[in-house]
Amino acid sequence: MEKNLVLLLLLVPFIGFLLNVFFGKKLGKDGAGILATLAVVTSFVASVVFFLQINHTKQAIEVSLFDWIEVSNFKIKFAFLLDQLSILWLLFVTGIGSLIHLYSISYMHDDENRHKFFAYLNLFIFFMITLVIGSNLLIMFIGWEGVGLCSYLLIGFWYTNQEYNDAAKKAFIMNRIGDLGFLIGIFIIGSLFNSLDYSVIKSSIEFGAQTGNIGWISLATLCLFIGASGKSAQIPLYTWLPDAMAGPTPVSALIHAATMVTAGIFMITRMHFVFNLTPEVLNIIAIVGAVTSLVAATIGLMQTDIKKVLAYSTVSQLGLMFLALGLGAYEIAVFHVITHAFFKACLFLGSGSVIHAMGGEQDMRRMGALKKIMPITFATMLIATLAISGIPPFAGFFSKDEILLTAFHNNIPLWIIGSLASIMTAFYMFRLMYLTFYKDFRGSEHQKEHLHESPILITLPLIVLALLSLVGGAISLPGHSWLNNYLYPVFGESAAEHAELGTTEYILMAVAVIGGLIGIGLAYVKYIKQGYVTKSDEEITGFAKIAYNKFYVDELYSLLIVKPINSVSNFFRTTLEPAAGNVFFGFGKVANSLSIQGKKLQSGSVGTYLFAFVLGVSAILIYLFIAQ
Amino acid sequence: MDVTTILLLLFFGSIATYISGNKFASRVALMFSVIALVASIYIATLYSEGKGVGFLIEWITIPKVYIAFNGDGLSLIMVLLTTALTPLIIFSNSGSGFKNPSVFYALILFMSFAMVGTFLAADGLLYYVFWELALIPIYFIALLWGNGTIETRKKAILKFFIFTLGGSLFMLAAFAYLYTKSGTFLIGDLYALELTATEQTWIFLAFFLAYAIKIPLIPFHTWQAKVYQKAPTVGTMLLSGIMLKMGLYSIIRWQIPLAPLAAKKYMLVLIGLGIAGVIYGSVVALRQKDLKKLLAYSSLAHVGLIASGIYTLTLDGFSGAVSQMIAHGFVIVGLFFCAEIIFRRLDTRKIADMGGIRQQTPKFSSIFMILVLASVALPGTFNFVGEFTVLYSLAQINIYFVLLGGLTIILGAYYMLKMYQTVMLGQKSETIFSDITVKEGLVLGLIVAFLLFFGLYPKLIVDFVTPTLQQILIAINR
Repeated sequence: MEKNLVLLLLLVPFIGFLLNVFFGKKLGKDGAGILATLAVVTSFVASVVFFLQINHTKQAIEVSLFDWIEVSNFKIKFAFLLDQLSILWLLFVTGIGSLIHLYSISYMHDDENRHKFFAYLNLFIFFMITLVIGSNLLIMFIGWEGVGLCSYLLIGFWYTNQEYNDAAKKAFIMNRIGDLGFLIGIFIIGSLFNSLDYSVIKSSIEFGAQTGNIGWISLATLCLFIGASGKSAQIPLYTWLPDAMAGPTPVSALIHAATMVTAGIFMITRMHFVFNLTPEVLNIIAIVGAVTSLVAATIGLMQTDIKKVLAYSTVSQLGLMFLALGLGAYEIAVFHVITHAFFKACLFLGSGSVIHAMGGEQDMRRMGALKKIMPITFATMLIATLAISGIPPFAGFFSKDEILLTAFHNNIPLWIIGSLASIMTAFYMFRLMYLTFYKDFRGSEHQKEHLHESPILITLPLIVLALLSLVGGAISLPGHSWLNNYLYPVFGESAAEHAELGTTEYILMAVAVIGGLIGIGLAYVKYIKQGYVTKSDEEITGFAKIAYNKFYVDELYSLLIVKPINSVSNFFRTTLEPAAGNVFFGFGKVANSLSIQGKKLQSGSVGTYLFAFVLGVSAILIYLFIAQ
Repeated sequence: MDVTTILLLLFFGSIATYISGNKFASRVALMFSVIALVASIYIATLYSEGKGVGFLIEWITIPKVYIAFNGDGLSLIMVLLTTALTPLIIFSNSGSGFKNPSVFYALILFMSFAMVGTFLAADGLLYYVFWELALIPIYFIALLWGNGTIETRKKAILKFFIFTLGGSLFMLAAFAYLYTKSGTFLIGDLYALELTATEQTWIFLAFFLAYAIKIPLIPFHTWQAKVYQKAPTVGTMLLSGIMLKMGLYSIIRWQIPLAPLAAKKYMLVLIGLGIAGVIYGSVVALRQKDLKKLLAYSSLAHVGLIASGIYTLTLDGFSGAVSQMIAHGFVIVGLFFCAEIIFRRLDTRKIADMGGIRQQTPKFSSIFMILVLASVALPGTFNFVGEFTVLYSLAQINIYFVLLGGLTIILGAYYMLKMYQTVMLGQKSETIFSDITVKEGLVLGLIVAFLLFFGLYPKLIVDFVTPTLQQILIAINR
């Protein structure tokens, strides 16, 4: 029974994918979308069933299908594990997935390849579910690479544009750099623990196995973290995510904000019992996370493309989640993943609504005054913006505040960095809101005539997500956390210790809120009071220019890695390869020329032969004479 | 029924194809190759039920040579690879309007016969005969039905011929030496020889030269790209899909067990050489202008990884290498076929002249994409199973090996996706590009189905070969 339900949960999106690939074109304008949406909703319903069950029984569900790959010291099974953590992830992946599918029916209505779009979207959900419910690291890796593939296909969805294709390729390759790290981590863990199963590894650690091998374990967790930083866009592998905005906006919302990019956090959370053994690696994770959140926020300050702002804000928020992971506060990271999924999905879908109304325009410098025309989009985005800015009682306040609290207790410099990033977040998010919705409209007359509020299929998901952004924090209220209790079987002790609240905590909360308000206030002064509009590209100078150009990191990578590889390749192709061929052909040439020289000896002149004969005989005689 | 049935089917199939005349040649060849496939599947099932399918009779008294054939997991899996790919290769190219089709298809079957013989032979001299025999049909196929001017073709093919022939002569010398020691060429007797470390080193090196050229490993690969480019697609498929596996198979079957001490001594160097090939092949592939050459260098990278897996001398390395060999055989035939499909429509192999194809060909572009993904070993494809196992075996030897060898997953994705982008994507091209025909779709569909099925259920193949590989490992560690 459970096995069938797991298969249903997993395979329905896959069947949806197949149906849309083969018959999608015949299903008409809405058919493909409805089919795909139903498939995801089915998975969502199955997830809810599992959620209710586990809430009741507290028992993890294990389902094993068949043996997959075998190496000399262990077998890897095709098996699934549905525990509190994976079911939680399933809920928001399929839940938000359903909303975004619904949204896409309207958003992709006029695209001639919409059936492919929905096929890929369903395939993504299938792989994401595989990633989440796999019972060992290699099944996770199937899902991991699978979602990477879907991300590639969807970023390059409009494949006639080679720039988009470049972005897609870049995403895939950067992810693969991380994937190599992930694989090496898998190899080390497999060699050490003779298994890749979470439960087996966990129990052998509990029995104290391999604790002497801490050097190798550290290397393994470091490698796994490299994998996570590829998928979850952390320094130095983050540059693909902003480019990934080339994909249709629902894709940005689903894959590049709410779900796939949190896979790295999921992986570390899943393997937390191994990471707990290696505090130095956790330290590195915390530092990388904090620095990423600050750097990305800085770049976000200067972006003019509405989706790019949101992309950098995603990188920045992911950084905060890694900060939490690095501090060992796994359940707080999970909390922030969930609230972030709500408000960031809402923001992206809202921006999609705006872009739609603007006829494809993404530059905020040509927007403005949309508040009146698009009241629902505006209201929902405002709620989400307040949530991301950490203003109570919106969802983001609770999760972000817990991260900063934990940072304050563990590492003050990281707390400062995180707080700075949060203030910047409040600033650039309200900058986005002010530039988009307030003051005068700066677009063309043509655009102005076509402005309109989006239809119900678009606004409904927005409203649902806004509501979730409003009340989502309730799952883990300070001092009374449902989430921590729910996750207790997964994380054990660490889940309860953050529950106490004292004066310090209230002061810190106040500081965080005031910081957020300062950010908002600065944005208000600059963009509403002074009516400032970010200048055109050429006029940007100084530090702003550097931030606007993303610190030239892409150019740096191109200069240090891409160009050298390509010129080495050219050198090999044009010089080394022909030369190597000639070396071996050289043997033939030597033989040839020897034979030509030898040929000359056969001159046919009897005199020469006689001379040689005499010479030879005398040589023999002399030799014999000396030898005696 | 024993393994000779397969050989006889292919041999007489070749003759029958020649006699049947130009009109029916491709159909007769296809029929015989399919029957040979069915026969080899049947024999494989007999083997897995525990029945003996080997063969042994005396052939020549002085020197003592037997007609001896193995019927074990390793041999049979390679035979299956050959007999499964042969009908695909014949079918994919039938109707392409080759001149003298009766000779052409007869040569393909004859080639298949010689390769199957190489995989089965259990007597050193017999093995050598088949090994060299396989060279003759491919020489004519590439020379007479190839691309480009006859002059450039001749140069490339001759180079290949002399190169491989030269390499194998050392192998023959090694066999002669072994004969003086044991008095037979039978593989079991040769395994049982107790050779000194010095003797083993010389024998190991002699075999190595033959195999390194055939596979090819760097720096013995210089014949490869030109030949792949100049040969007709049939020839390229035979070479890359099956023939290069003769070398890899022979390392496991002959080179390592005959000279285990030398193998252990040079293990690290050879793993390093294989990995160097992975990186070198991938980097050269990046900037190739010719689609077939690009695939040739990708092949160079893949076989480098396979060879490094074999030289770990572990069960994981062996078994991963066997999986990789089979997966690579299928994917490379599929990719060369994609190149051929493009050539049929655009009459070019230059990557820069392609582009904008995807919009016109939903089926072709999807299948091509799947093959690209299989080639970069996406989990879920059979290629991943092999690559994972090989990399795991490397990790057991030294973590740096896997770090460097693992670059294949990054570089491979780079050059393959770059190729796909230039060839398939972008603005719709002005030339009309019709989507694949039913026949083309059938060939590609079968390849994709194979790779995906065994990607999820590799157990069938891995369990089939593991006992044999374990026996060979016992022989190595004797």
